[in-house]
Amino acid sequence: MAETAKHYKNRLGLWGWLGGGRYGLERYAYALHRITGMGILLYFVLHIFVTGSRLGGRESWTKWMGGFESGIFEVGEYLVFIAVAYHALNGIRLALTELGLLMGKPTRPLFPYRSAVLKQRPVLILVMVLAAVLIIAGGLDFFLLGAE
Amino acid sequence: MSDAPKKVIFEVLRYNPGVDARPRMQSYEVPAPKGLTVLDGLLWIKENLDPTLSWRSSCRMGVCGSCAMFINGKPRLACANQVAHLGGGKVVVKPLPNYDIIRDLVPDLEPFFAKHAAIKPFLIRKNVEELENPSGEFFQSREELINYIQFAYCIKCGACLAACPTVATDASFLGPQALAQAWRYTSDSRDEGAAERGKEVFTAHGAFRCHFAGACSDVCPKGVDPAFAIQLMKQFMFREKLGGCKEKHGTEVAPPVENWTPREGIPKPPDHSV
Repeated sequence: MAETAKHYKNRLGLWGWLGGGRYGLERYAYALHRITGMGILLYFVLHIFVTGSRLGGRESWTKWMGGFESGIFEVGEYLVFIAVAYHALNGIRLALTELGLLMGKPTRPLFPYRSAVLKQRPVLILVMVLAAVLIIAGGLDFFLLGAE
Repeated sequence: MSDAPKKVIFEVLRYNPGVDARPRMQSYEVPAPKGLTVLDGLLWIKENLDPTLSWRSSCRMGVCGSCAMFINGKPRLACANQVAHLGGGKVVVKPLPNYDIIRDLVPDLEPFFAKHAAIKPFLIRKNVEELENPSGEFFQSREELINYIQFAYCIKCGACLAACPTVATDASFLGPQALAQAWRYTSDSRDEGAAERGKEVFTAHGAFRCHFAGACSDVCPKGVDPAFAIQLMKQFMFREKLGGCKEKHGTEVAPPVENWTPREGIPKPPDHSV
């Protein structure tokens, strides 16, 4: 008989961020916050790399910047804008909750329970609405009003 | 018309460490009379179809926390959820995710209890002599009790860690249960162990690893609200670092009640046992 592990590893890993169950809105806001955070971090690394090319002189700078003029990079830039808009607004909500705000005070739990997560949910919805407004306005500027 | 109860399909995860290389799903048809809980269904399977099916359960009334399982996409207590309330004609039962599977629906909770023990889940006092040889009860007002009582209702079922996306990617994260218990004791007016407990709680895998996904509070069967407790713990640390917290002194031993006459018909209290 083939030797099998004593315990089967059942940690969800990255799948646990997006899938892995039927949960509330905040869990998906969490996943989006982390994904946008990593996207912004990746952008910063690329940004430092590209601006660092200026050290190679004007020619090097022009060559690198010329490579970013295609439509794909404009879409990429807009994706960074979307990520920053959501990450910044949701970050404010998270900072407020970490300061103990928006969630009420401890109480004796009586069924049906109403958690502090539900108490701050209107703020999450406000964050989503504001982010959507910013993203739509940014999209108009990127592709219609600001287009040459 | 037949009076026989309608039937429901139970899809149950099976894993035998001596035989199976990986878990598999097995289906059972179970009669579902009104009021059937998921635990009742599993017991019926064990008694009538498959005596090898394994899980943990004890009280059958949502108190012991033994029967937490991943039922229809959410960690729940098998004893406290009726099949009729789950929606759909199928009940899918798996062991709690984020824990190793020992067998079938039995998760390995050892790391969970190790994290619980790590945050020192007991009252810490500077005066050890009073703890060792108590002269009475520590005073606590009703308002001071309300500050932590909801966090003291934890039954250690482990559902919150199964729901937590941070636990899913960081095995060392203390997790919502241990962190909520850290706040339960830190916010207790009788406790003086905030600094000692803080050494465990304010680490790279402690309170600030929580990014408020809220799933722990969503699934908690007792309304403990661990996500709330963790945010209060963070607030406490900010206030402490910014000098907004006075040095905490645990409440004193309550003086004996004097000039007290019991109401008629009320029996006398027992003699002191300590």
